[in-house]
Amino acid sequence: MPDERNNAVSLIDPALAERVISRALENGGDFAEVFCEERSGFSLSIDESRVERAQRGAERGAGVRVVSGDTTYFSHVDGLAEPDLLRAAEAAAAALSGERAEPRALATAEAPELQEVEVAPEVVPAERKAELLRELDERARAAGDEVAQAQGSYAEGRRRVQVASSEGVHATDDRTRVRLGAQVVARRGDVVETGFETLGAHRGFELLENGAVELGAQAAESALTLLGADPAPAGSMPVVVGKGFGGVLFHEMTGHGLESDAVQKGASVYAGKVGERVAAEHLVAYDDGRLPGAWGTGAIDDEGAPSQKTAVIEGGKVTSYLYDVVRARKDGAESTANGRRESFRHLPIPRMTNTYIAPEDAGPDDLISEVERGFYAVSFAGGQVDPATGDFVFGVSEGYMIEGGKVTKPCRGATLIGNCLDALAGIDAVANDFEMKTGFCGKDGQRVPVGTGQGHVRIGELTVGGTAVG
Amino acid sequence: MSGDLETLAAGALDAALAAGAGDAEAYAQDGDGIEVRVYEGEVEALTEAAERGVGVRAWIDGRSGYAYGTDLSDEGVRAIAAGAVEAARVADPDEFAGPPADAGGAVDVEGLLDSSVAGWGTESKVELAQEVERAARADERVVAIEDTVYADEAQRVAIASSSGARGGYESTSCYAYARAIAADDGDDRQTGLGFEVARGPGRLDAGAIGREAADRATSLLGATKPQSRTCPVVLDETVAASFIGFIGGVLCADAVQRGRSPFAGRLGDEIATEALTLTDDGLDPQGPASAPFDGEGTPRSRTPLIDAGTLRTYLHDSYTARRQGGGQGSTGNAARSGYRSPPTVSTSNLLIAEGERELDGLLAEAGDGVYVTDVAGLHSGVNPVSGTFSVGASGRRIEGGELAAAHTEFTIASDLPKMLAAVRAAGRPARWVPFGGSVKAPALLIGEMAVGGT
Repeated sequence: MPDERNNAVSLIDPALAERVISRALENGGDFAEVFCEERSGFSLSIDESRVERAQRGAERGAGVRVVSGDTTYFSHVDGLAEPDLLRAAEAAAAALSGERAEPRALATAEAPELQEVEVAPEVVPAERKAELLRELDERARAAGDEVAQAQGSYAEGRRRVQVASSEGVHATDDRTRVRLGAQVVARRGDVVETGFETLGAHRGFELLENGAVELGAQAAESALTLLGADPAPAGSMPVVVGKGFGGVLFHEMTGHGLESDAVQKGASVYAGKVGERVAAEHLVAYDDGRLPGAWGTGAIDDEGAPSQKTAVIEGGKVTSYLYDVVRARKDGAESTANGRRESFRHLPIPRMTNTYIAPEDAGPDDLISEVERGFYAVSFAGGQVDPATGDFVFGVSEGYMIEGGKVTKPCRGATLIGNCLDALAGIDAVANDFEMKTGFCGKDGQRVPVGTGQGHVRIGELTVGGTAVG
Repeated sequence: MSGDLETLAAGALDAALAAGAGDAEAYAQDGDGIEVRVYEGEVEALTEAAERGVGVRAWIDGRSGYAYGTDLSDEGVRAIAAGAVEAARVADPDEFAGPPADAGGAVDVEGLLDSSVAGWGTESKVELAQEVERAARADERVVAIEDTVYADEAQRVAIASSSGARGGYESTSCYAYARAIAADDGDDRQTGLGFEVARGPGRLDAGAIGREAADRATSLLGATKPQSRTCPVVLDETVAASFIGFIGGVLCADAVQRGRSPFAGRLGDEIATEALTLTDDGLDPQGPASAPFDGEGTPRSRTPLIDAGTLRTYLHDSYTARRQGGGQGSTGNAARSGYRSPPTVSTSNLLIAEGERELDGLLAEAGDGVYVTDVAGLHSGVNPVSGTFSVGASGRRIEGGELAAAHTEFTIASDLPKMLAAVRAAGRPARWVPFGGSVKAPALLIGEMAVGGT
């Protein structure tokens, strides 16, 4: 099995891909593409100490699109047989009439640079995965008498894709991802708190073999700590954002605003800001689709462009937006390999891969010791940003007060509220303890895996909205 | 029309039994639809979608497993069925697992099909989207329309189970929305969403959708943060729907039985004021989730959840009903998000009973407070176990019983039980809102909530 991954495995014959592209352009259009995919997955969970929800799924199909000027026509089908593909091509072409581009001959698909997968998850017996969840459950329940509930989830997925276009692009990828999650509820009298933790990567089952079940204990620890929490304060103060999952703040408040579709529609506060100073001079940030083993990594994007590392902020200035093919054409730019899609049933749109603020020299304690009174947001339950206005709100799932340069008591019910540009400009320190975490990002009804991460980051001033309202 | 799907479901059921399942159920689904995205008067993207798949649940001695796939050849269906059986062998036994004992019924629900979905050509649907965008742009303070989308779907479903479920139905649905961006002379920008859901495009009011997007965006221009305080809050229909949708989720028996509901052990109690009556209605002809039967073949039904403040029942599927015991039956609330996942207990359509007063009446009673027209991060901001929440919000100040200056970037905080106990009045009319599931909600006046601003 592993050997197969080292080669460019075509899902369909290149000659068939050329016939499909040619059929798609029959009624006109200046660009056509066929995206083929074979996907499979398995997931399992544990709840009330019982292994349940064992699920398996497999799908194969293709999406065909034709672009004519600023309009995209798209159709998708289940199945990869020639009649299926030609039917999709005809449906995509149905509404077109006009000049047609002459498709270029397809390049020979090169062997993709695949991520290392030592143990293909599909060859690991399902019983081993159930065992993993039982161990995780045990660790969580052993963490303390106040642990009331523990839930765990395991998921694996494999996507094999092949992209061919009228511009001669022909590329393949084979992506394997595994992920383990733990959620623990702790209870003391009427007080109920939740802790969660995840571990995932674009890797094989080996990721979970050594100590991953400790996630259960870690999630329990968060929940137990929060039992002693006071209501969060309300007001403006310095905020230190945690490493790893804290990076979701940057993902939401800056990453989305740099996606070129929002920029081109004037729906981003970062529109017209390339070359402009938006952050402190020391700040550097990347979108990196090549980061080894990371959750949002791939050999190519879903339009066949080789993945790349794009500096989006350098010297505190915006240096690049994130482009797919269609938006790059519009701006006369090159794709930055950010054309991603949930599956063959979706059109590619500009999406982040792994987005992060680059680590600097300070240690995490240095960031905290300089704060007289502030808030420490370790992780977020989620958040929302309106890219057009830049206003954001984040729910803090684990947070603490900082008093006299030290982390003191835990706080519950905090939210961070602010505006992207102000908060980004307010970042005055970044620590060296860089860590990447897994996430799923939703946009236009499409959910894709993304990596978020950072070292600890400090924002000089931000509004903390707590339940302690006087 | 769904005859071949029923054959497919029956074949998949047989394959699962042949592969070693003690009991099994197959759910087949077939849909086609279109999505139109319009930008600055032109079609930006036109998607023709068609999809067909089957999902199989298999039970072996109380262990259950699930598998789905889109390869519907005989060989493909056998592989899916074998996958479900194999998955079941991994699970731990659960004495309450199994197909519904009383499956096989169905109720007549009128009006699930609207001929305009098939009857309207692509051009007419594009024109509808363009009309939505034009209407949103009519206000000169609207500087851009980020997205204007029309989408519809015709869907066919069939089910077959070893406990006797056999049936199929067809339904249609559509929606349109626009997101407008407004700007004032200063540098303030605000966005607003306008939307409608219906069975077919013939029932959508394009002008109203566009105007709502524009109104919501422009009404927030010049917004400031409100002063932090505890005060009366009026939730508009969309915000009321989001909260009530969340409450519907924690009134599902699965959440209650697994200790994840702040309303566990409260049957028969007054959990809300008399002003609140909430019904789960899987039969309302306009309800997007209405159907002859639920995701495991039990007839959909109409279930009073909160009757003038009193909690009457939780929502059940066959598993939670068996686990409850005491003669509890399924309320027909096994929901599917498609053939890719097994059914789970969920609300169908939630209906909040209308009160007597329109919005101005609620505002007058509030006197001084905040009118909330949007909340952000509800699902991350509410602790489903304890029910406490703090979510981002925007809206208007209520001053002297009337709408006054706009407010953004504030939070509203409370907990779900307290909020229900503080409902002072439901307004009218109610409208269908596709947030938080499918909820038909009027505006709600909450007597007291913590508003966090400056």
